[in-house]
Amino acid sequence: MQLTAKQRTRVDWFLTILRVAALVLIGAGLVAFVAQVVDSNNPFARWANPDAINLTGRQFRDLVVAGLAQGAMYGLIALGYSMVYGVLGFINFAHGEVFMIGAVTGAITSSKLAEAGAWEDNFVLCLLLVVVLSMVVCTITAVIMERVAYRPLRGKPRLIPLITSIGVSFFLQNFILVLLGPGTKTYPRMPEWLTEKRTFLEIQGTRLLVLAAAAVAMVGLWYLVERTKTGKAMRAVAEDAEIASLMGIDVNRVIVKTFAVGGAMAGVAGILWGLLFNSVLHTAGFLPGIKAFSAAVVGGIGNLGGSMAGGLTIGVAESLGPLVILEPLGVSGPSQLRDAVAFSVLIIVLLVRPSGIFGERLPSEERT
Amino acid sequence: MTAVADPMAASTGDTVPETVRRRRVLDQNWRELLKVGAILMVGQVFIALSGMPVSFDRRLIIDPILSLGYLSLLWLPLVVGYAVGREQALEGMMAYTKGGREVLAGAITGVLGNLGLTLLVVGITHFDIRDPLVNWSPQLLELLEFEQSVWFGALIWLGIGAATGAAGGGLHWVGARNRRTVITVIAAVSSAAVLESVITDLAQGFHIEAVANWLYAPKRGLTSPAAAVVAGATILAVNAISALRARAAHRLVSAAEASPTESGSTRGGRLSPRRLAGFALTVAAVIVLPLFLGRLTNELLANVGLFILLALGLNIIVGLAGILDLGYVAFFAVGGYSVAVLTSPGSPRFSPEMPWIGALFIAMLLAGLVGLFIGAPVIRMRGDYLAVVTLGFGEIIRILLLSDWLSGTFNGAQGIINIPGVEIFGLTTVRGFEPRSVLYLVLFFCAIAIYVSWRLENSRIGRAWMAIREDESVAEAMGVDTVSAKLMAFVTGAVLGSFSGAILSAKVGSIFPHSFAIIVSIVILVVVIFGGMGNIAGVIAGAAVLIGVLGGPNQPGLLQEFAEFKILIYGALLVWMMLQRSEGLIPSVRRARELHTDELNQDAWLRAQADEADDASNPGVLDGQGPRP
Amino acid sequence: MNRFGILTKARQKRRGIPLLLALLAVFSLLAMSCGNDDDDAPAAPEATAAPEATQAPAAPEPTEAPAPDPRGDALGDGSLGIVTVSTGEGIQIRSLNAISGPVAFLGLPNQRGVELAIADYGDIHGFSVDLGTPLDDLCSAEGGQAAAQTIVADEQVIGVVGTSCSGAAVAASPLVTQAGMVMISPSNTSPALTSDFEGNPGESYNVGYYRTAHNDLVQGAAMANFVFSELGISAAAALHDGDPYTQGLAQAFSNAYEEVGGTTTGIVGINKGDTDMVPALTELATGSPGALFFPIFPPEGDHVAAQAPTVSGLEGTQLLAADGMLVDGFLELADSEGMYFSGPDLRFGSNVNQGTGRNADQILAAYEAAYGELPSAAFWGHSYDAATLLLDAIAAASWVEDGDLHIDRAGVRQYLSEVSGYSGVTGSLSCDDFGDCASQKITVIHHESAADIEASKNNVVYAYP
Repeated sequence: MQLTAKQRTRVDWFLTILRVAALVLIGAGLVAFVAQVVDSNNPFARWANPDAINLTGRQFRDLVVAGLAQGAMYGLIALGYSMVYGVLGFINFAHGEVFMIGAVTGAITSSKLAEAGAWEDNFVLCLLLVVVLSMVVCTITAVIMERVAYRPLRGKPRLIPLITSIGVSFFLQNFILVLLGPGTKTYPRMPEWLTEKRTFLEIQGTRLLVLAAAAVAMVGLWYLVERTKTGKAMRAVAEDAEIASLMGIDVNRVIVKTFAVGGAMAGVAGILWGLLFNSVLHTAGFLPGIKAFSAAVVGGIGNLGGSMAGGLTIGVAESLGPLVILEPLGVSGPSQLRDAVAFSVLIIVLLVRPSGIFGERLPSEERT
Repeated sequence: MTAVADPMAASTGDTVPETVRRRRVLDQNWRELLKVGAILMVGQVFIALSGMPVSFDRRLIIDPILSLGYLSLLWLPLVVGYAVGREQALEGMMAYTKGGREVLAGAITGVLGNLGLTLLVVGITHFDIRDPLVNWSPQLLELLEFEQSVWFGALIWLGIGAATGAAGGGLHWVGARNRRTVITVIAAVSSAAVLESVITDLAQGFHIEAVANWLYAPKRGLTSPAAAVVAGATILAVNAISALRARAAHRLVSAAEASPTESGSTRGGRLSPRRLAGFALTVAAVIVLPLFLGRLTNELLANVGLFILLALGLNIIVGLAGILDLGYVAFFAVGGYSVAVLTSPGSPRFSPEMPWIGALFIAMLLAGLVGLFIGAPVIRMRGDYLAVVTLGFGEIIRILLLSDWLSGTFNGAQGIINIPGVEIFGLTTVRGFEPRSVLYLVLFFCAIAIYVSWRLENSRIGRAWMAIREDESVAEAMGVDTVSAKLMAFVTGAVLGSFSGAILSAKVGSIFPHSFAIIVSIVILVVVIFGGMGNIAGVIAGAAVLIGVLGGPNQPGLLQEFAEFKILIYGALLVWMMLQRSEGLIPSVRRARELHTDELNQDAWLRAQADEADDASNPGVLDGQGPRP
Repeated sequence: MNRFGILTKARQKRRGIPLLLALLAVFSLLAMSCGNDDDDAPAAPEATAAPEATQAPAAPEPTEAPAPDPRGDALGDGSLGIVTVSTGEGIQIRSLNAISGPVAFLGLPNQRGVELAIADYGDIHGFSVDLGTPLDDLCSAEGGQAAAQTIVADEQVIGVVGTSCSGAAVAASPLVTQAGMVMISPSNTSPALTSDFEGNPGESYNVGYYRTAHNDLVQGAAMANFVFSELGISAAAALHDGDPYTQGLAQAFSNAYEEVGGTTTGIVGINKGDTDMVPALTELATGSPGALFFPIFPPEGDHVAAQAPTVSGLEGTQLLAADGMLVDGFLELADSEGMYFSGPDLRFGSNVNQGTGRNADQILAAYEAAYGELPSAAFWGHSYDAATLLLDAIAAASWVEDGDLHIDRAGVRQYLSEVSGYSGVTGSLSCDDFGDCASQKITVIHHESAADIEASKNNVVYAYP
């Protein structure tokens, strides 16, 4: 770091002001929100926002649950980003599209199954079939993507595969668009017992299912990475690919496996998405993909537990943030700004803790 | 930075290997053929099912013979047929003469690939899976069958595959010079067809409608005789040019041998008189041509110009400083909205109704500030984090412009309308109604942007940027103030982007948040990368080719039929460029300057030698008439 | 400059400046200062060359009775120029609709409606009608402007049916109308393009712009009255997706609702592509609205309908939507049962288009035969009517002289402005002073059972006005 003292102070001052301002805003929003909750006619809350609204406890809890369910999916997608980043050191922008392809595969197969009448008769079996199929398709997509677009670029400057992955992302998105048309692909109706509000805290069954499935997938992945030989090889390659190859690890194979596992996770997330929202579009992968990447960064990229935690953080933040922080501060129509909230979380986390919540500090030479 | 690998130059590089052998026709690498054939099959089926053939069918390239729809199914076997015969020949390895073997290989791949179409014809007649695949349609079947019977359609595609594949393989046979001629002819004929509206327009401007009328069937592409004439003229031109080139290369080499010190006369940033003359001629043409062009072409060029401005701005950030900014559209939006708010009487809260020029200065200032604001938090981040964070910033700005929260100022989804035109010192008003005047305005700002980019590139800060791009840590160690250099790149890029936004506002007369989606950033990035990162000429060429032909995110190009497939092609192009030619269409000047002039001369000479050798060993089918030095 | 010549063919319009290279600087200034009135304004004083009896009859009569005077009773005073179509050529009109991208579902039926109308209408005074290459407005201002440039570059064009999107019309209509052409939109609904019905032209109103679609203000008022008076709900909320159309309609609803005495508890925006509506719905739920109006499109609308009942505070809220959600895929969902939908009156029944004599069933049958599917949006009929209006106007403002067809641009406008009680498939059309020609009849239907969606579509419970 050979910065001149003057420059360093100037930019750093600005960044410090930004950090403080962001935290103060969040703090003020929270305080105003708490003030509202304590007493809806609280003078402080009224001063912050004269038309302040008041969330009931149930509404608040529903927001949290919705955010967690959405965040669990971000987390599952983020695992793919995180693993590829760990092993190859670049962001696979197109990973969100793999997720979308999973959701689309699920929509097509499940509606075909419903046409044949199997969906309603034997829902659980059908669902398993759909999940497996979607995982297979996503795995194949991810592996082909690696083989065609990324392997030839191994060892190039980091921006090159990154730009390539942006191209792959838009290609895949439009690949689905031109083949399957711009219409929404819908899932058949879910059985009643799944969609109705369950007695357990009156949370919708599908949301519970999403959370449970995400937990199962997470445990499976943890086992794979931490307890199996493949996982060991992955960790070794992530640590240092060159030395790993000297130790007799086939680096290419490990990378393919990493993409495959990431793809499979995206496939699961795709089906969960379909279950929760019943429909999918060719654009459905892009924004969730970016947010999942944000989740991976927020949690500390390369850290699998962190990815899931980051996903839940982003999910809850974009669900709660508008009403809990922006609304008390007098922003009208805050729900419209939820994507902005998600991106702001990313920016603020990177400002305050550049390596993410659970990330290790990275050596400075890895910056570019 | 890798050298542009010209396969021919590499393969027959220094000397022609002595052991040139011919292989038997059936001595094929069958597994490879099968593999490539299978890939081609997937590609062909995808193109057919993507809907391109059907939606391009209306557009004719050569009047009764060839439509763009069929062309979309023909080009891939041709290219793959050529590619399958290509070999990476390394020095010291056995080199083989190309011939019948390559033709056969191409034909086999072509047949295998088009087997996909044959299966598709049979499939569509027997099954209906239109539910997921929207283009699994009777229209596609009709097109694939040539409105004949199923069996005719099924078999003819195998024949076509064999023919196109063999033609592709045959390109190896005819020798390098003829191959280049053939490729140029194909390019010339197709661009003549694509440029129909521009050429017609130009012909009217010069009062030579007769030429245009003869060239084109009205709105139906080139007429067949015209295509033949264009092809013939191209052959003559190519031969003449390559003769001139070869002579010039030999002269340069011999001059360099005679007095090695004088060979670098164009170095040092000063322009030689010849380049200066060429430059002046280009400028004059750019100034004069719009007068002869009609409304359509001027409009098209004005749109291209807006993207040239954007691409030049992004080029400073990505191309020179090496910062991957995926939220560049933010600056476009800031420029557009500042001008809209400041000039339009319809702006809701704050409506000073300033003249455009005054508003432009404020827009520049605001864009610079936003550049600082976005730049400061991200410059310390790693390159890939930076990409996503800038993307986030771009989205945040669009969301804020669209939001109900700020609709008191920006009018939310309803946008700002009734933006007046550009009043130039009371002399004239430039409005979107008159594309020619808009084009002049755009050209003026493009000139500024080009000048600024050019000066910056060769300045101290420009060198600092390039040092950062190559290796930030080293640059820092060498005493480059990376933080302020990077901020400077952001601010300069932001200001150039705001020009484009400001003109867009005045040109369209209304502005909506939807015009500033992520895809705009991506398209600008594709333009910069396709043209050649870090190179002004490349960026301009990239914008002209991509935006002019395919169109921008909200602008139609010459090939309006491509609207549905624009982003697909942009995505594929980005991947392909990165894999095959990551330095872009026109590589950065820096590389050329880094290389010694005599090396360049030697390259040219070597290429001529290679052609010679190739032609000598392959008795050409088309007779190469180039001079033998 | 071409003011002195008679415009016979579009191709003769441009004057190159071959000899004056020396005066280039002067000319470039000239080219700029000519502004928008040199190239594109059609030859104005053509009327002087025309025979005297050009006064149009008061009532437009689209019959072509032969008259001794070649001009006969064709409408128009020639003030906007006269287009001459030579023997063997076609009368040029254009279609400008959103035919690519996510809005193609709206634009394609519009374009096809025009194509069907031309086919049904037949020749005008023995001249065929040529639609040219269908143009795409890309549903954006830039796209609308670029396409409009293509249209006005060809001075043979008489009129345009389009655009699909109001945003595109804002940029396209000034260009098209200043070139003397007319523009009839089948699906623009923004009040800014016409008027507020109180005599105030909208910000983007241009003379020469007409539309056969309703005005958002009417639909907003219809829904507001229905909710307040018929359902007796006095607090309602609205939701939009950031699209100018949905935002405008939500706003119009809210304004009208407050005017009739209701309380708008909130207008909330979501974003296109959102799936999790819980935060937005919770924001609305805090105001405890009795009704929620979401005039958006699938799939976001599907998510709203599915998630609203699960949000605490919206359990009993009556859901209402507009024509955008009136699609089979949505009506088949159980979530949509019990909802009300507002929209233009689509009970076309036995309405007959007076230009072609076809009714809705015949047109739909032809549509399905030609394109292999039924229309994906509701405005095909409006588009059909728009096209026949344009063709009738051309017929009324043209005459044959020496084998050529002459069309008076001013006459075309005159005909359209005087349209009154025109029978179209969408109902009886009458143009007001600001180009609103639709019957402006809005109906609200009640969707009772997802099992029988056809019954629901005809289950009109309220008609406005």
